[in-house]
Amino acid sequence: MTGIVIIGSGLGGYSLARELRRLDPAVAITMVTADGGELYSKPMLSAAFAQGKDVQALAQKTARQMEGELGLTVVTRQRVTAIDRAAKRVVLGSGEAIAYGRLVLAMGADPRPYRVEGSEEVTVHTVNDLDDYAAWRDGLVPQGRVLLIGAGLIGSEFANDLTTAGQRVTVVDPAPWPLGRLLPRELGEELATALGGIGVTFRLGRSITRLDPGKAVLDDGSVVAFDKALSAIGLVPRTALAAAAGLVVDKGIVVDRWLRTSDPAIFALGDCAQTEAGPLPFVLPLMAEAKALAATLAGRETALSLPALPVVVKTPALPVAVCPPVPGATGEWVVSGEGRDRKALFVGADGQPLGFALSGSFTAERQPLAKEMPDLL
Amino acid sequence: MKKYVCVVCGFVYDPAIGMPEDGIPAGTAFEDIPDDWCCPDCGVSKSDFELQEG
Repeated sequence: MTGIVIIGSGLGGYSLARELRRLDPAVAITMVTADGGELYSKPMLSAAFAQGKDVQALAQKTARQMEGELGLTVVTRQRVTAIDRAAKRVVLGSGEAIAYGRLVLAMGADPRPYRVEGSEEVTVHTVNDLDDYAAWRDGLVPQGRVLLIGAGLIGSEFANDLTTAGQRVTVVDPAPWPLGRLLPRELGEELATALGGIGVTFRLGRSITRLDPGKAVLDDGSVVAFDKALSAIGLVPRTALAAAAGLVVDKGIVVDRWLRTSDPAIFALGDCAQTEAGPLPFVLPLMAEAKALAATLAGRETALSLPALPVVVKTPALPVAVCPPVPGATGEWVVSGEGRDRKALFVGADGQPLGFALSGSFTAERQPLAKEMPDLL
Repeated sequence: MKKYVCVVCGFVYDPAIGMPEDGIPAGTAFEDIPDDWCCPDCGVSKSDFELQEG
């Protein structure tokens, strides 16, 4: 039987390959990646600078080491240009084709593009993979002025990391406090205070109206001067390849409880996929998806189940953990504690807690508390 | 005793230190940690740890 082809060498692709190899020592696995195929920790990209980690330090293993360790073939620096579902093969940029028995899409997501008047004349970095990280690090000057667009999870992590490493960071976001969609006001304001305390300048409730080289004009007419600009305003699942092949896509590539797309021979997981719980661009669901899909591919059909998933925000200035309620859930925040140490429960109409946000010493409660939250799937 | 490293975030479990805040005393071998224990940094499961080489 023809083997399994995985598109993508991120955490999704490699986690699936590792789990699959544990269950099936024999199946042929071929991975195709547009990157260099290094194994690296994506969550570390927004927390590695202050630790002085460069690209070499972040790359834990090379593609060749992974080939040896997991017994697979990794085709690096090649994009898949088309999926030929009728012939069950993927076509590479080189023109070569690789046949598959089953195909797994683990292509991740693209940074949401930032567009404003003048932005095409200015280099606005995004950091979404190891190559991006290298490009961002290149040319950063000591005590440089960084314009950071977006105060969400990744933006807040970068603000903390870059400031700790000595950069002078100004964060612009229209939201009234950082992590605006994950934290209630009390915790958000504490986080802003804590990050301000280490030297981050916040311009919250503000938008950029114009970008010029080295200069951003905000909607109150004020000007932020910068040496380098970084955008962290979210991710868009990579769906183009799947859509072009006629697979059902919505926000992400639509999959069922078995991570199966609308073609029974093609599966998807991680940031490119949209499960019944919606797109879930976090590590924990991705690992659960890799385990369930590996079992299914190894011949034991396994539906994905997802317990509530606590997410640790890497902001050492104020430790924060969140467990967001499912999108669209109705309820209200109930906040206890004071100062840096806060516990917020998102409580539904029937009194059942649906999600939480914790800061300071309360973050230690995240795992027992997560067990009390409803399952995502 | 051997150290184990989280494949996702790089957190290292050192049995000499244990995880006292998770109720795992110093001197506990990785194999003796309960199976429902999770990485304190990124939350992945015990099975996502590998033996640290070198």
